[in-house]
Amino acid sequence: MPDSTTSRTTLTLASTIESVDMVEKTAEEFAERAGFDEDTVPNIAMAVREAAVNAVLHGNAYDPAKQITANFETNSDSLIVRIADQGPGLNPDAVPDPLAPENILRGSGRGIFLIRAFMDEVHFRQLHPGTELTLIKHRAPAQPPA
Amino acid sequence: MSMKVATRQVDGITILDLSGRITLGEGSVTLRDAVHDVLAKGSKKILLNLENISYIDSSGIGELVSGFTSVKNAGGELKLLNLTKKVHDLLQITKLYTVFDIWDSEASAVSAFK
Repeated sequence: MPDSTTSRTTLTLASTIESVDMVEKTAEEFAERAGFDEDTVPNIAMAVREAAVNAVLHGNAYDPAKQITANFETNSDSLIVRIADQGPGLNPDAVPDPLAPENILRGSGRGIFLIRAFMDEVHFRQLHPGTELTLIKHRAPAQPPA
Repeated sequence: MSMKVATRQVDGITILDLSGRITLGEGSVTLRDAVHDVLAKGSKKILLNLENISYIDSSGIGELVSGFTSVKNAGGELKLLNLTKKVHDLLQITKLYTVFDIWDSEASAVSAFK
């Protein structure tokens, strides 16, 4: 039975690959507890992982003086994950379309595309300094009793 | 779980049996090094067996693309074998499914190299 009560966790972590793994694992646990199905849980975990990679790699550039913050919340409607870094800021409109023929063979640049593919809503907010990504996955509407 | 690579030869084709996760960091670097090692030894026909790849992220996808490009630029061919559903779906949504030459039979894949 999925847990429909509001639940929150906030992690403040170093700019490392280990932090990315921890954020991904936490996302997976929240998604499972929220009752998402076995196909959706890994997709949510991957989207959150990609957001954490962006924060650690492109935002904070592995700077040991900078941290990332990951906030997880489930409520009756949605799973909401916010990932923030302390980097120079990200303009999502400046990220090249990875599906464009001229970009298809690029070795990077697919993270934000995958986040958008797997989540229902993705919002970017400039923090000065830093960027916060908000990832939202809505729970399926409750089915009426048979 | 980090990624592991086992290398074998079949009819002049170098088959890399990959297992684990291809993700940012160790997994991607291991794949990159493995492909470059094969090229450095003079083999230009490479088949990546992804049957036991449990997970791949955007960095791993990028590394597959970079490996494909490196081998092609060296005058060789890199093909993919035995995609899991997850990897298959990721290559579909990133429109890379038609870029790679993908097989689900090792014998057929080996025969397909020129």
